[in-house]
Amino acid sequence: MEKVTSAIQVIPVEYYMYISFALFAIGVLGVLYRRNTIIILMCIELMLTSVNLLFVAFSAYHSDPAGQVFVFLVMLVAAAEVAVGLSILVMMKRKINSVDIDLLSRLKDEK
Amino acid sequence: MIVLFYLITVIMLVSAVMVVFSKYPVNSVISLIICFLAVAGHYILLNAQFLAVVHIIVYTGAIMVLFLFVLMLMNLNSKVESQRSVLMKIAAVVSCGLLFIVLVAALKRSFEIPVDKPFDNSIGLVKNLGRVLFSDFLLPFETSSVLFLSAMIGAVMLGKKDLKTEV
Amino acid sequence: MNCIMEIITVLILFFPLAGFLVNSFAGKRLKGNLSGIIASTSVLISFVLVFVLFIRMLTGTGSSETISFGNWINAGNLLVPFEFRIDPLSVTMMLIITGVGFLIHVYSIGYMKGDERISVFFANMNLFTFAMLLLVSAANYLLLFAGWEGVGLCSYLLIGFWFKNDDNNYAARKAFVMNRIGDLGFLLGLILLFVQFGSFSYDVISAKAVYILPGNMLITLISLLLLAGAIGKSAQIPLYTWLPDAMAGPTPVSALIHAATMVTAGIYMIARSDFLFILSPLALIVVLIIGTFTAIFAASIGLFQNDIKKILAYSTVSQLGFMFMALGLGAFSTSVFHLTVHAFFKALLFLGAGSVIHSLHGEQDIRKMGGLKKMMPVTFLVFLAATLAISGIPPFSGFFSKDEILTRAFHQNPAIWVAAVGGALITCFYMFRLLYLTFYGNFRGKEHVRSEIHESPWIMLVPLIFLALFSVAGGLINIPELFGGNVLFSKFLQPVFINKQTIDNHLDKYSEILIMSISLIALVLIIYLAYREYVQKQRIPVNDINTLPFFKRIIARKYYIDELYELLFEIPFRWLSEKLFAIAELKVIDNAVESIGRISLLSGRYINRIQNGNIRLYLFAMVAGIIIIFFINLIAF
Repeated sequence: MEKVTSAIQVIPVEYYMYISFALFAIGVLGVLYRRNTIIILMCIELMLTSVNLLFVAFSAYHSDPAGQVFVFLVMLVAAAEVAVGLSILVMMKRKINSVDIDLLSRLKDEK
Repeated sequence: MIVLFYLITVIMLVSAVMVVFSKYPVNSVISLIICFLAVAGHYILLNAQFLAVVHIIVYTGAIMVLFLFVLMLMNLNSKVESQRSVLMKIAAVVSCGLLFIVLVAALKRSFEIPVDKPFDNSIGLVKNLGRVLFSDFLLPFETSSVLFLSAMIGAVMLGKKDLKTEV
Repeated sequence: MNCIMEIITVLILFFPLAGFLVNSFAGKRLKGNLSGIIASTSVLISFVLVFVLFIRMLTGTGSSETISFGNWINAGNLLVPFEFRIDPLSVTMMLIITGVGFLIHVYSIGYMKGDERISVFFANMNLFTFAMLLLVSAANYLLLFAGWEGVGLCSYLLIGFWFKNDDNNYAARKAFVMNRIGDLGFLLGLILLFVQFGSFSYDVISAKAVYILPGNMLITLISLLLLAGAIGKSAQIPLYTWLPDAMAGPTPVSALIHAATMVTAGIYMIARSDFLFILSPLALIVVLIIGTFTAIFAASIGLFQNDIKKILAYSTVSQLGFMFMALGLGAFSTSVFHLTVHAFFKALLFLGAGSVIHSLHGEQDIRKMGGLKKMMPVTFLVFLAATLAISGIPPFSGFFSKDEILTRAFHQNPAIWVAAVGGALITCFYMFRLLYLTFYGNFRGKEHVRSEIHESPWIMLVPLIFLALFSVAGGLINIPELFGGNVLFSKFLQPVFINKQTIDNHLDKYSEILIMSISLIALVLIIYLAYREYVQKQRIPVNDINTLPFFKRIIARKYYIDELYELLFEIPFRWLSEKLFAIAELKVIDNAVESIGRISLLSGRYINRIQNGNIRLYLFAMVAGIIIIFFINLIAF
């Protein structure tokens, strides 16, 4: 396995950064653009994934396993967050029978 | 290698855009799965073997399945209604584009941190990664179990049907 | 040996201050006469200490010196130490302040008996004594000014002592404000002094002043500004109208503050600044003119007044005018001499008037008095002594001082002498008018008042007697060489003044005797005229001023000066402040302040709309914020 070429030897690390930024931006776009809460949750996952990709790229570049450990932990957190997020979504559906995020305005200051 | 890189990148980005702009939520979920597979491909290219596999198992195998379940059970697959205002859409696109540009500009302005370790290709292997995980990063590893516990409790509490008391 | 001087100086200042503190804080608990006794004792102790200094100075063991106690202000270029000057001039003033002050304090024990705020009275009197002592013993202008302000404050407090009556408050305010006007000039003069000499200390300034040519513009300006302060404090034209109104205060206050001490502060200050005024002939001429004019003007008003204290007030203004006249002639020690004897007989006059007022239960109109000669013999005798002194009849003390002024006036310019003699004659006339109307003839008041007339108690009479003794014999300290005397006083003050004025003047003996005789004969004539009018013809001043012929009415109405000031100053000022209130206060400032509040409320209402609970908006804001942060980072670096 040691003889396998890693992509990082061929492709400069900036390229990975670009694609990571692009993925992140698309995630942000999704969060702002869509009204469906599920889609929003998925786009959050997209953002997290983009960060993971960047971490792995840097880890390969610097030959430092710490990056990959961090990815491991991020994945962990993402999983937990999805679980909780989906249960909130379920509650929301039960309450107002819709998943439209604009209908949630309880944070408004009632005057 | 390079061809492979570009191919996988294209698949990834296209499917990501599909996630955002699909008409049906199920299509979004499928596109996201494809995206995750592409990212796993990237991991393999970088020789992060363990992570690639874990990525597929956790994300596509568990998280996306969760999404699908919720979609099906809650019957959320209806067609997406039109947006409230064009202004918001344009604003969203513009801000997203700006964010990308700003990030790229930051990248252009930055200077490189020199690599001080000799190139080691084997850090992604299960054996080596496992060794690092259980020696240097043992504490976070163990503490994450607490995190899972809290998430589990939270999910259960939130998901309970309100019988007597309203949470 | 310096230690003794320092200790004594500190103690002199300390005791009146201690008396003030004791009476302020423990006053309510002090029964009966105790507050008065404490106050009088503290002044007495100071007097004894001053006397010790005086003796030392006479016998030559102590000499003029400046004592310094560390720094008061030490800020960059400005260095003002706590320094005190003990020299013949300051010792003379201190003797007057503590001596006459002590007698007046004792008198007040009797006069103010039964007043419910008597301890406050004595506290203020002691505070005044302290401030006045500070004024005369200071060795730099700033410390003098501190005492200056202090006496102004005490004057205000004491004039308005019976504050339940609004007129008294108004009079007190008038006194303070007029003083303030003069103080403005004084302060400007002080600033210029510092600019020119870099210090406020007499020693420094007088040393440097030697090198300045006479007629220097800046020095003239400084002198005129200091003069402005003196005009306010010593009630000269145009800032004199407060003094007659100040008679609203208790009579001992009038005696102490407005006759013997505070009003003399201006004269003291000018005498102290002789090294400045000598350099400016213009300033001296101004002093002379103001003094002469005031002397005659005030005397003429006194002719038509019917309130016993007001007559004495105008008399004080007039006599101060004479002192200014002497200063203007460059005769500084003469002025101080007149100041000293004036303190004696004017205090005596006031206290005697107080005795009369006290006996008549508050009556102050001389038209309602008369015939008190037999009913209050001691008061009559001392009053007679004082009247003779102020008129300048030998061998009373007033004669010597006034004569010296007249002689010097003649020496300078016969026209001034004529004016001065005129003033002296008018003085003599109205004083004797006062005497005759009060003490001679038949009593013209109500019957029930008449039955209560009695001589004053001993505690009030003894100070009167002492003062009378000084008024009579005071002249002995400065007998001119014409009469074979030794001009002790002038010689005593000689080292203080830079203007080594000749003890004797250049007139030859015969001219001097001639002048003296002329004025004497005129005086005796006046006394006789007054006697004829008010005793033989029993003429009583009319009750209603409006029946007087035109010119007399103008004078009786004090030349309408008060009305003039009101027209010129008060009415425009009040108009201006009302306008300012309506416009600047209500419209501008209130609006400005309220609009700040209104802006806050308004902006709050608009900013409120951001928080509409819309999650997407929040997300948006987050993303926008991130973009902006990145952007700024990129731009800034």
